[in-house]
Parts: sequence; structure tokens; C-alpha cells
Amino acid sequence: MTFRERLQAWRYNLVPDHLIGEILTKRWTDNAIPFLALVATLGVFGSIIPGFFKLTSLQESTRQLGEFSLVVIGMTVVMLGGGIDLSVGSIFALSCFSAVYAFFILEQSIWLALAAALATGLVFGAINGYLVGYLRLRAFLTTLVTFIFGRALFDILVSTYAADVQLSQASSDVLDFIGDGTFWGLSVSVWLAVILAIVTHIALTRSRPGWHVLAVGGSRRSAHNAGIRVRRTVFMTYVFSGFCSSIGGFLIACRLSGAGPGTGLNLEIMALTAAVVGGVSLGGGRGSVVKGLMGAIIVLTMTNGLIRLGYGTGTNQMVLGILLAVAVTIDIRWLKNRHKVLNEVYVAPVYLKMGETQSAAPGSGTPYELDNRLSAADHIGLGELEGPEDVILDRDDHLYCGTRHGEIVRFFAPDYKRSEVFAHIGGFPLGLAFDKQGNLISCVGAMGLYSVSPEREVKRLSAETARSWTSIVDDARLRDPNDCDIAPDGRIYFTDSTKRYDAHDWALDSIENRATGRLLVYDPKDGSTKTLLDGYRYTNGVCMAHDGKSLFFAESWACRVHRYWLEGPKAGTAECVIRDMPGYPDNINRASDGNYWMAWLGMRTPSFDLSLRHPDMRKRMTRRLPQDEWLFPNINTGGVVKFNEKGGIVETLGDLSGNAHPMVTSMREHKGYLFVGGILNNRIGRYKISGAHPNWTSPASYWGGKP
Amino acid sequence: MNAIGWPNWRRLNQEGIVFAIAILLFAAAALGLPGFLTADNLVAIVRSVSVLGILALGMAVVIIGRGIDLSAVAIMAMSVAWYLQLLNTGTSDGLAFAYVLAGVLAIGLLNGFLVAYADVPAIFVTLATGSFVFGYVRSQLITQDAVPVPQGHWVELLGGVRFLDIPVEVFVFAGLAFLVFLFLRYTKWGRFIYFAGDNPVAARNIGIPVRPMLVLRYALSAVVALIAGLLTAASLHSINTRVVNSTLLYDIVLVAVIGGIGLSGGRGGVRNVLVGAALIGILLNAMTIIDIPLLYQNLIKAAILLGAIIVDGIINPRDEQTAQQGDI
Repeated sequence: MTFRERLQAWRYNLVPDHLIGEILTKRWTDNAIPFLALVATLGVFGSIIPGFFKLTSLQESTRQLGEFSLVVIGMTVVMLGGGIDLSVGSIFALSCFSAVYAFFILEQSIWLALAAALATGLVFGAINGYLVGYLRLRAFLTTLVTFIFGRALFDILVSTYAADVQLSQASSDVLDFIGDGTFWGLSVSVWLAVILAIVTHIALTRSRPGWHVLAVGGSRRSAHNAGIRVRRTVFMTYVFSGFCSSIGGFLIACRLSGAGPGTGLNLEIMALTAAVVGGVSLGGGRGSVVKGLMGAIIVLTMTNGLIRLGYGTGTNQMVLGILLAVAVTIDIRWLKNRHKVLNEVYVAPVYLKMGETQSAAPGSGTPYELDNRLSAADHIGLGELEGPEDVILDRDDHLYCGTRHGEIVRFFAPDYKRSEVFAHIGGFPLGLAFDKQGNLISCVGAMGLYSVSPEREVKRLSAETARSWTSIVDDARLRDPNDCDIAPDGRIYFTDSTKRYDAHDWALDSIENRATGRLLVYDPKDGSTKTLLDGYRYTNGVCMAHDGKSLFFAESWACRVHRYWLEGPKAGTAECVIRDMPGYPDNINRASDGNYWMAWLGMRTPSFDLSLRHPDMRKRMTRRLPQDEWLFPNINTGGVVKFNEKGGIVETLGDLSGNAHPMVTSMREHKGYLFVGGILNNRIGRYKISGAHPNWTSPASYWGGKP
Repeated sequence: MNAIGWPNWRRLNQEGIVFAIAILLFAAAALGLPGFLTADNLVAIVRSVSVLGILALGMAVVIIGRGIDLSAVAIMAMSVAWYLQLLNTGTSDGLAFAYVLAGVLAIGLLNGFLVAYADVPAIFVTLATGSFVFGYVRSQLITQDAVPVPQGHWVELLGGVRFLDIPVEVFVFAGLAFLVFLFLRYTKWGRFIYFAGDNPVAARNIGIPVRPMLVLRYALSAVVALIAGLLTAASLHSINTRVVNSTLLYDIVLVAVIGGIGLSGGRGGVRNVLVGAALIGILLNAMTIIDIPLLYQNLIKAAILLGAIIVDGIINPRDEQTAQQGDI
């Protein structure tokens, strides 16, 4: 191995590139940027402002934070629903005035003042909601206008009544407590904000109205088509925002015991900036209350911090402008490019040097030498079938296979001309096996392990195993269950080929070549699934040895076959019995002469073998080339290999014509014939094996003669 | 509408309605308000809407291209304030003007870049840059809210220029309106703005340089704002930066929208700005003569703007099928 190659091996096999892609698939990465911004903001201002973290200082600043957070929660909900509410500052100010007017001028009770504030907010919100929701006006401009309107009204009212408020004698202990008191060390406004945040969070994530809001924000048209009342939902978000702002307005009325020209000034741009900085997406559907609160803390810390540091007029607007521009740009770019980034970095190929192999070329004289025997096979279901990955025959000689359409099709003996849909599964049935009771067990691609009773009752046996401790993406789910076989004690051994890609992305898995295939066992006695082996390059076919004490399983991208011991001194361990084959192995099944049949889904090529030693080249290839120009395993030529208990190759069958069975994923011997299936083929082949036992059947080999 | 601008009642549109209202209002004011129909007052009306109209011309070009520029007033006030501050602190005129022009263009280009190349909605970009421009200039570059024009400077002299007793800003407004009219109607890029505003994707597909044109529009709007700011300073002999927090910005949108320039882009022209400016000018003048307090004027203007947006929403309904997700 050259030094360059060794460096590549280290670089690509030891650096866990694939983790970046897996982390990016997580929803919580959306929260990472605002959270880091929050920590940085608090850190910077906490360290340069003396006494920032002191209790009294925090109590005073959190009082304002409570009011502000309430407004931001309302803004967040509106934005999640796909709108925007710029009138929050006006609602806040008008509600504040309503409370002040009811309490100080009309000298009503504080509760009536609260009711007046809430009524103001709800009515204002309802007007916004009617205009934007029902009349479908543009949210931004409409709420901008209602903002000006509300502000003008507030300015008039304040200038008219300011003197009267000053002269009022009204006072109340409740008002003083709400304004200045603390409860368990926290002010009332913080408690209210926390309670409202929790309620809103639960409503958004766990209730029907909350889901409707997210659905409308995510895709208005789809929500409409799904029967959600879009207009009413939008309307309600604005009413809710008005409600939140009015509580904030009531709180500030209590705190300041009055309303002034500055009440709620610039609140709308602050709330908007807070929501966007926190990571609530413009245009709706993405975001959460927690994000809004993070943004609220960041914005308020920055603006208040700058004031306390003594920066002059205008600094706030400057900082808000920068924050808003940067946050909106990041938000838009992140949403637009997240998928691109994910696609770019997800494929993280590793280095592998495949071993030297024997030739499979016709006339080469090796045991792997391909011939043309399979081209002579009869065809079954030609043109009717799509993708019989595995084929199997029952005790009555009927033939079963899975299809791409998510069905298991049965062909009736003896001539296999007539067929019916035996069972509809929904996913692509891959490996098949009959258990002792005659149930058909199937590995269904991307779904799990299923059982179909002779009465055609479909039952899911397993869809998950235990999650491994170091996984980032949940690897408990069976992503690509591929083939199964059943031990004499009834336990089902099956493979899950990869944790990284779905079944239809198998080509990407071969290009990445990362060893994530597993061998698992399902125990029908207690319904549990356990992982036996992990870390193989695309585990594929499984076959119980004739004596039932071990099993063979194929490792496709490494061109190897392993033997896993169930009993005996080596129980629980695997050993490699065939290595460096010229073809990629698929399903393995028993042969009548005590040997085993193994399908080759494709043949190795020198070019792809070479590319496996150049992971950087494969990475560039997946990033820069369209999919149909990728180099991946050749699946246009395959074959059937017979090997013995020791792993020695007995013979190899092929179809050099390329017409009938260019690639083979499965074969099953039955009464002297070999039934051949291929996942990309449109037929099942029936090939008469010379010298085979004329009455040997697979069910009898596994479970004895007819009961 | 036919060639001479009279409404065709069978094809009634917003522009026609507004024009009719403006005429009715004019007639009512002429009959009911003493001192309305005098030469001085009519000049005052035109003068009062000149700056507004100039800003609305810039806004109109942006809106026709399916955008909006909320930073216009901030750029207008802050660029001139900075310019005057530089002059007052002794920077040479040419250098100061070069600085300010560069700054204005930079903000316009930044707006355009973020909208065109970063795909950020124009509303947010310009809201943010407007806030930034105000905050930065106010906190870093100037020392008080109002900056006076230096004695004997050309800006001051500009304010005194009269031709036929009509102040210079009226001529600037008329000249700019004519130029924008020529640009929108007879130049290739002017016509392209309509295509890009009507259907940006289609415009891009047929090979129109949609993105560079977007940048150009925002830069144009910024320069127009600078001109408007210079004229304001010329007539008032100072610039008050508090205008940024006033409702001037919404008046600009009001003039454009009420004149019939659809906010969804692709429709309207200079004539709509003139009609909108006429209505607002008459309205403001009448309200001032009746002596309605400024706060109530704001309330009335907001109500009219709300009505205009509702009518705009009904006449140019948003197309749910082609409206983009997140187009707010």
C-alpha cells in the first residue's frame, strides 16, 4: 500500500464524516444557532456589565422580559400560522391604556381593568384576523396600517387623559403586587409568561388547533385541501396574538401605574426581531415557543445591555436592524439550503481495498467460470411480474414471490401459468421463508419482518431492535430488512442491510461502502428482536445450514460469505468462509445434495474496485455528477453459485445471453428444478438441474415430510 | 381610462375612483373652504406633495417590480443629516457629497443584493436596513436630532429658487415624474420591470436579467430618497431626523397604493402616483385648513390607507395558486 493510499484510508476510515450528515438530519439542529447566540449574548453582556447576574438586577430586567415574552409568544403563533402581526405594539399600548382608564379614571376594580385590557386586545386582534384571515389581505401591510391606526388612537387618548390619570387617587394592593411584588422570587409577569409559554407549547405540539396552525403555516393549500378551516385558523392566531399583547399591556399598566407616549414604542420590530432571531421561520410552519423565548431573551439583553453600557439614541435601532437582517438572511438561506447541504455531506465514503479475486470469465477454468446454462431456463409470469426478489415453493409445489407493487403473488402448480395475489403487504417483500406451521415469513423492505398465515392473514412480527448507544440517527428501526431464515427452534434470523440508507438507495450505500449491516434474530416465543452482529458491508442472504447448528450469511459489498454459529464451541461468533468472490452475493438457500445455492446480484469490476480505494473520488462523484453517471456495482451480469459446507465453490451457472437472467437475487431448488428470481427482472426462471434429487423440497428439508 | 385620463365608467378601476374622489374633494373644498381656491394655496398644495411625490416615484418603481422599500424615509433623512453634519464639521463639499452618495448607493445595493441574491423578502430587508441606517447615523455620525444647513450653502440657496413664483421642488417633481415616465414606458429595462413584477420566474426564464435589475431598482430608490431629502432640507433649512419615526413612510406607500399601483407588482405607472399625490395633497391641505390636529390627521390617513389596501385586496386578489409560500 502506498503512503498516499494509507493516508486516504486513515482519513476516510477514522474521521467520522458520516456523523455530520446524521446530525444535520436532526430537527434540533434548527435550535442550535439561536441557542448558541443566546449563550454568547448572555456571556458577553454578563461579563461586560457589572452586576448583570445579580438577583435584584435580574428581577428588574426579567419583569420587562416577562411582558416582552408574552408579546413574542403571540407573534410566534401568528408567524407559525404563516402571517405576521406588526400591530402588537399598538395593541400593547391600547390595552395598557384601557386598563389605566378603567382603573384610574373610572375607578373600577383591578379585575375590571384586566377585563377591559383583554377585551381591547381581543377586539383589535379580531379586526386583524378578519382582515388577514377572512379578507385575505397581505398580513404585513394590513397589520402595519392597523398599527399606525392604533398608535394614532393611542396618542390621541394619552394626550387627552394623561392629566386625569396623574390626578387619580385610585390604588389597589393587587395592582401593586402585580406591578412590584414577587412570588417565589419571580415577578408576576415572568410567572404569567412561563405559564402561557407552557400552555401554548402544549397546545401547538399536542392539540388539534395547534396542529392546524402549524399545518396552515407549513402549506396553506395542502391544509385547505385536507379540510382544515384555513381562514378561521388564521383568524384565531391574530386573536391569540391580541390576547397575549393585551396581557402584556395590562402588566405594564400595573408596573408603571399609567400610560405614556413611549408605551409599546418600537415593540413590533423588537418582537419581530426576537421571533426571527430565535429561529421562527418567516412564512410559517417552522418554529416553536421555546425559540421565540430564546429570541426574546437575546433581543432584550442586547437592547437593555447597550442602554446600560451608555450608548446613545439610535443604538437600539441599529442593533435591531443588524440582528433582523442577519437573522432573516440566515433563516432564509438555512431553509433553502439545508437539504442541499444534507445531500452534499450525507454520503461519506470509506476506504476499502478489495482482495484479489479469481476470474469468472468463461473459459478461465476457475470454479467461478460463468456459463450460459441459465439462459435455457423456462420462464414463469413473464411480463406479469415486476421484481421477484425472492422465490419460494410450498409443500403443494405452489410458487410464491414478492413484487415491486407490495404484493406476494402465488403461481399455481403444476404449470405455473395461473397466478393470484396471495397477500397485499404494502412494502416491497424481499426475503421469504416458510416456518414449521406453514406461515410465510417475509422481510419487507423499509418496513420490517412480516408473517403471512396460510389463511392470508398478514401480521407484523418486528419492525425494530434495540437502539445502539452510540447512534445519532435512531438505528432501532429496521431500515432495509433483506433476507430471513428460520432455525429448527422457530427463531427467525434475518439481516438488515444498512442503517444509513433506505432500500431504494442501495446504490448510495454501495458507493459509501460503510459497514453498517446487521444480523438480527426474532424470537417468536416472546416477540423480541435482538441484534447479533453489526458492522458488515450490506448483509444480505441468510441460510440455515443443513444441520441447523449454524447459518450462512452474505456480505454483499465485501463479496464475502460468513458462517454464524448457533451452537457448539463457536456459538455466537461468525467466521468468514468465502472471501474475495468475483460477484456480489445475495440470497443463499439449500441445495438437495447437501450444498448451498448462492445468488450473485452483480459482478465486481476493476473500475469500481479501484474507486473503493479512492473515497475522495466517490465523494466528489456523488456531489457533482447526476445519479445516472455514477460508478456503482455492475448489476447487469450475475449468476448462481453452488458452494459446500466448507465454503468451497462447486460450480457456477450464468446467463451470458443477458436475456433471461442477467442478474440473480434468489434461487430455490424444488423437485429437481431451480427457480430463479431477480429484483430487477420481469420473470421467474425454472431451470432443470441435471443430477438433482427429483423429490427434494425445501420445506421437507427444513421441517420434515408432510405432517 | 382613455388617453386624456377621464374615467371610463364601464371599466372602473381604482385609479378612476380615486381620481373622481380627488376631483369631488377638490370641488367640495373649493366651494366650502375659504382660501382654498387661491393661487397661493394651490401652489402650496403642489409644493406640499412634491417631496412625498418624489419619494412615491421611487417607491412606485420598486413596487411595480414586486418589491417594497421601507428604508426610503430613513435613507432620505439620515443621508442628508450626515451630509449636513459633514459640512458643519468642515469637510469639503465635494468630498462630503461623495461620501454620502457612496453611502446611499451602498444601502441601496445592500437592499437589492439581499432581496435579489439572498432571496430575503423585501419587506424584511428594507425594514432592517431602515432601522439600521437610522440607528447608525443617529448614534454614530450625528449629535442631535435636527441638523441645520450651513449658511450660504447651495442647499439653502436651492430652497429659495423660484420660477414663476413656483418653488423649485415642484419642477424637480415634475421633471423626475417625466423622466420616470420615459424610463418605464420607453426604455427596455423599464418595460422589463413590469414583466419581472408580474411574473418573476417567467421573466427570468425568457432571459431578462431579473436579479441585476432588482438591485438597480433599490439603488434607484435610494438615490431618489437622497434627492427628496436634499429638497426637504432646502425648503426647511435643516433636516429633522425624527421624521423617520413619523408616518411619512406610510404616506408614501399610501400615495402609491391609493393611486392604484398594485402591491403584487406589474401594474401601474407614473400617472397613478400623480393621482394618488393629488388626492393626498388636497386631503392634507383641506384638513389643515379645517384645523384638524395632526394626531387626528394620522388617524384619518391610516383609515384611508386601510380602505385603500382593502380595495386593493378586492381588486387585485391574491392568487392562492401562484402565491408563494411565505409571501406575506
